[in-house]
Amino acid sequence: MLRLEKLTKTYPTGDMALQAVDLEIPAGQIVALIGPSGAGKSTLIRCINRLVEPSSGAAWLDDVNLTRLSQAALRRQRRRMGMIFQEYALVERLTVMENVLSGRLGYVGFWRSFTRRFPQKNVDEAYRLLDRVGLLDMADKRADELSGGQRQRVGICRALIQDPALLLVDEPTASLDPKTSRQIMRLIVELCAERGLAAIINIHDVALAQMFVNRVIGLQKGRVVFDGPPDALTAEVLTQIYGEEDWEATIRKPEDEDEAEAAPLPAGAGGA
Amino acid sequence: MTVSEAEAQMALEARLGRPWRKPPLIRRAWLRWALGIGALVYLALAVASVEVNWARVYEGLDRGAAFIAAFMSPDFASRASDIYAGMLESIVMTVAASVVGIGVSIPIGLGAARNVAPLPVYLACRGLIAVSRAFQEVIVAILLVAIFGFGPLAGFLTLSFATIGFLSKLLAEDIEAMDRVQAEAVRATGARWLQWINYGVQPQFMPRLIGLSMYRIDINFRESAVLGLVGAGGIGATLNTAFDRYEFDTAAAILIMIIAIVMGLEYLSGIVRARVQ
Repeated sequence: MLRLEKLTKTYPTGDMALQAVDLEIPAGQIVALIGPSGAGKSTLIRCINRLVEPSSGAAWLDDVNLTRLSQAALRRQRRRMGMIFQEYALVERLTVMENVLSGRLGYVGFWRSFTRRFPQKNVDEAYRLLDRVGLLDMADKRADELSGGQRQRVGICRALIQDPALLLVDEPTASLDPKTSRQIMRLIVELCAERGLAAIINIHDVALAQMFVNRVIGLQKGRVVFDGPPDALTAEVLTQIYGEEDWEATIRKPEDEDEAEAAPLPAGAGGA
Repeated sequence: MTVSEAEAQMALEARLGRPWRKPPLIRRAWLRWALGIGALVYLALAVASVEVNWARVYEGLDRGAAFIAAFMSPDFASRASDIYAGMLESIVMTVAASVVGIGVSIPIGLGAARNVAPLPVYLACRGLIAVSRAFQEVIVAILLVAIFGFGPLAGFLTLSFATIGFLSKLLAEDIEAMDRVQAEAVRATGARWLQWINYGVQPQFMPRLIGLSMYRIDINFRESAVLGLVGAGGIGATLNTAFDRYEFDTAAAILIMIIAIVMGLEYLSGIVRARVQ
């Protein structure tokens, strides 16, 4: 589905953010990308949809090489890659509905979007998604009136209304409290499963990553230093990724799993 | 205790018990004092160099008193039709120049923001802004009166040109200071450039644009009173005539109306700005 071949990014400052990263993600797989700050996690997912231009290497989405596309072709491919941001990145002065519908900008013409007359099909889908994440009543509120967890759910709707094949998720829980973090992670994982989406999730919280994904990739100084199931994350591996520290408290113990399920998502039972 | 721990301990001991002061802005003491004393000496010399002809000031006090007395009895009536025509011309100039100026400022402001426009467009727009800002309105008006003749057309063009320099620059600075991530999120959906501006950038600069536009309408009206002095039409021409004829009471009436309108606009812009945040 997604295949990275020797993907490299060197910033003009000389900072080698990615050093020949090879990676293959099959359709429908959810991958957590962990690593210390500055390891290149953000750069990696931004090089895939080319918000950051990679220096060399290739990124294949199915049989399209994303790194060689013209601007117009890149816009068409970006529609297939939904992105969810750290700090939500909603346009704060637009309404929730405008934020969600902005996920369709790659599909509709300028006048339609300028006059906010989106096809009825899109409007219905936006309402369904908002209902699915429990925010139907907030549709006409301005985005800056929402709480952090609510904003991130709007961000998820914006990514999903694109009808993507792949989700690029950048630190979705970085500014959320522990309970909301779990709800958001569970929501992302559930929605990916429902729709058969592949996802790359950058995440700081190792325990949270272990709780929700089947494959973890460790990045350190722009190189992949670990690729395996969450259970294989031992103290030695974490030391290799992050450096020396007491890891015993971070590594998931089997009995934690029941407790993880104890925080239900409010209004998660909408029709989708 | 290891050697480095002992050193760290000593570094702390050396600081305990000593008062703390904010480090001075200029580190070198002699430079700090030299700059301070130099500024004082310059100020004293500058004040001493201003020549004041006290006899002339004494004579002028009478004229000043007559002027102020005229304000107590402003005469709106005897030149009412001139005042009305001048005011109307000023308002027309202000509205037309503001609409045209603001309309042109938006694309130029976008072009002059480095994070939105490519380098050649950026340089061209910044150049235009620099030219517009380099010339004071009155100087532009004198040039345009020479080209287009006396009347409000020259005033209208002057104000439009000045509005572009003012608004584009401040707008561009607001766009350059916008939250990059919000715009990035819109770009990541596959939006075209215009859609990106409309969804990701415009909502961020809109409140500032509205606030600045209100402020600029206010400035344009005040400037329209000055432009009349150089023949570019508007209430300034009427005001100038009144002064030339020593009709201080009519001049006072005009000035009071200008003050009232400016205060009204100020009040209005306060309301508008509070509502668009």
